[in-house]
Amino acid sequence: MDFSYTEEQLALKDTLQRFVARDYGFEHRRALSGSPLGYSADAWRRYAELGLLALPFPEAFGGLGGGGIDVMVVMEIVGQGLLLEPYLSTVVLCGGLIRDAASEAMKSALLPAIAAGRVRIALAAYEAAGRYDLAHVACHAEPHAGGWHLSGRKTVVLDAPSADYLLVSARTGGNVAEAQGISLFLVPRDAARLTLSAYPTQSGGRAADVELREVQVGTDSVIGMPGQALGIIERAVDVGAAALCAEALGIVAALNDATLNYLKTRKQFGVPIGNFQALQHRMADMFIAAEQLRSMAIIAAVHADSRDAAERRRVISGAKAYVGQAARFVGQKAVQLHGAMGVVDALIVSHYFKRLTMIDMSFGDADFHLARFSDMMR
Amino acid sequence: MDLNYTPDEEAFRGDVRRFIDAELPDDIRGKMRLGRRFVKDDLLRWQRILHRHGWGAVMWPKRFGGTGWSVVQQHIFEEERADAGAPPQLAFSLRMVAPVLMTFGNSAQQEYFLPRILSGEDWWCQGYSEPGSGSDLASLRTSALRQGDHYLVNGQKTWNTLGQYADWIFCLVRTATDGRAQQGISFLLIDMKSPGITVRPIITLDGEHEINEIWFDNVPVPVQNLVGDENKGWTYAKFLLGHERTNNAGIGMCKRALKKLKEIAADQVASGRPLIEDLRFRDRVAQVELDLMALEITNLRVLSASATAGREMGPEVSVLKIKGSEIIQRIAELTMHAMGHAALPYLHEAMELDWVADPLLGEHYPAYAPPLTGQYFNLRKTTIYAGSTEIQKNIISKLILGL
Repeated sequence: MDFSYTEEQLALKDTLQRFVARDYGFEHRRALSGSPLGYSADAWRRYAELGLLALPFPEAFGGLGGGGIDVMVVMEIVGQGLLLEPYLSTVVLCGGLIRDAASEAMKSALLPAIAAGRVRIALAAYEAAGRYDLAHVACHAEPHAGGWHLSGRKTVVLDAPSADYLLVSARTGGNVAEAQGISLFLVPRDAARLTLSAYPTQSGGRAADVELREVQVGTDSVIGMPGQALGIIERAVDVGAAALCAEALGIVAALNDATLNYLKTRKQFGVPIGNFQALQHRMADMFIAAEQLRSMAIIAAVHADSRDAAERRRVISGAKAYVGQAARFVGQKAVQLHGAMGVVDALIVSHYFKRLTMIDMSFGDADFHLARFSDMMR
Repeated sequence: MDLNYTPDEEAFRGDVRRFIDAELPDDIRGKMRLGRRFVKDDLLRWQRILHRHGWGAVMWPKRFGGTGWSVVQQHIFEEERADAGAPPQLAFSLRMVAPVLMTFGNSAQQEYFLPRILSGEDWWCQGYSEPGSGSDLASLRTSALRQGDHYLVNGQKTWNTLGQYADWIFCLVRTATDGRAQQGISFLLIDMKSPGITVRPIITLDGEHEINEIWFDNVPVPVQNLVGDENKGWTYAKFLLGHERTNNAGIGMCKRALKKLKEIAADQVASGRPLIEDLRFRDRVAQVELDLMALEITNLRVLSASATAGREMGPEVSVLKIKGSEIIQRIAELTMHAMGHAALPYLHEAMELDWVADPLLGEHYPAYAPPLTGQYFNLRKTTIYAGSTEIQKNIISKLILGL
């Protein structure tokens, strides 16, 4: 057992923290969030220079061979800085999927391009009627002239508006909600008859609903075994959920810092409000929640690398449930302790709170994951 | 960052498991398994068995006769001990007074007392709380007046655990009344056979005799039984509480209790199927399991950080104490709820190992049933003792958050 980061991980964390402090201030972020792209192209280039975009890929494809803990280090700072760039979508989810399941040719074409910051990819796996069920796939693929025609709708595809490609789950067999018969396709976002209905998310990012009407792709666009893609998609989403746990950790730590500072500086009845025991104990509860959340984020990050699919899923679901609850607790209490200042847009507090809330709502909320953890009880 | 045990640590776990399996007496194992009442001899027998094997003090450094084990080894031992159904060792001796003697005691005190703790010759109890001094411990009034080569001790201690068995008591006493309350406190070691000591039982809500009040009426205590300096006892007392809380997470105990809860919930039937298949119940079990998963890592993180830095535990042990005490309470509560109506009978005699159920109680009153409700009631103490949850939050606020 070892609970320390390596020298490299500490250096990475330090570099990223300095980047956030110097180049990613709150007002700058606000401007980025409102810009047409929705994030910073400069920052994305910087991530490429720092090796972040190559982090979890094998060295043979220009990567750094990093694991779950390395991703955790990055995602913690993504949380702390409320970074808007599509790191989770491109590198963790889609990059991970391509690394784990794509052909050598596709890996050679895409992983170095992702690492260099040239290509962004978004995962189009959820459908509106399926809620958090990745097996609920009505979108279908029909064989057509040496390739496939994809038709259907995907909902809340995170980071789709800026993506160069989408990874789209579509049925090549079986009925809706059946585990078998799901295939995964690489689809250029500017493909003909692919329509995006783009919108901002509640936490300042971008997403889109996607409609595909007989979108034509080649046979080489299939990732993994046709009809057998559910397992690889679920694995990617498990790993993504672990990354969200780390992002939540970064936010909760920053939010607790901000709240503690407010308790020490805001005066009422002639004294700092942190003098009042009711508020002190609430802050102590938030500190405890953050410590427990950190432990769960570590557990999730370590299990992201696990080869035991059932155990990985059980533990990461447990972590996502726990982190969702802890994030909700800290987020709501931080707003409360800030009083009316907690509900204004001008302060970063409400932005931390909104991102924490959306993390819980993404890839399965706390109730969904608690049920799954409970169903898999040993 | 690595949550796996090393091959050496796994081998060590095997050694611990084999040792406990071979050496733990059957009657003690049976009492733990069925939650029956322990007597003094049970715990001391186990202490002597451990001591003969060189494992009398798993948390002590080697130079005092301890194992010198790493934090992770101690964790593994605790986990295996609890899982095997071996009793915990006496914290008041091993985890509380001993570290104080090692750090602040003189060599005569160390040489006399520590081997007797290891061998199970002496049983220690604690004289901290008083009727007027609970959370506000520093206001204590039990006095020790210096008279030549003795102190004369007068006053009353309360919430004393298992003092009815004790050979010695470590006491906080007032040796000065001027200045701040904290500055006039001393740490005295008192022989329980001294004249003038009266021990009176306090029966707790589960009907058991676990705690006492102790009266001191002109009790003579030799001055060589003063630990460290006169009037510096508050420093030693806080040091001791830190050590006590270190173990308060009780991960091994919680894991065993959770396992037992799952077994009981699988055995109990609700609406024709095992209770554990009732989703409302199972989700509550899952929820506490998550809290425990996180606490196990939090516990190891805190212990490892202080071991790596080579320093004593800081105020972060308050986090462990708060969470550990809440978790064991929640598990005990769920375990009682798992019993349904069988939670209601109060059978005091069923706490003995040789108890045989009245056949009229029927098949729905299994052998594991009798202690479960009492344990739930008894464990309400965990968020109160060793500094209540509210006091722990005060500590976090002040010492960690700087409020």
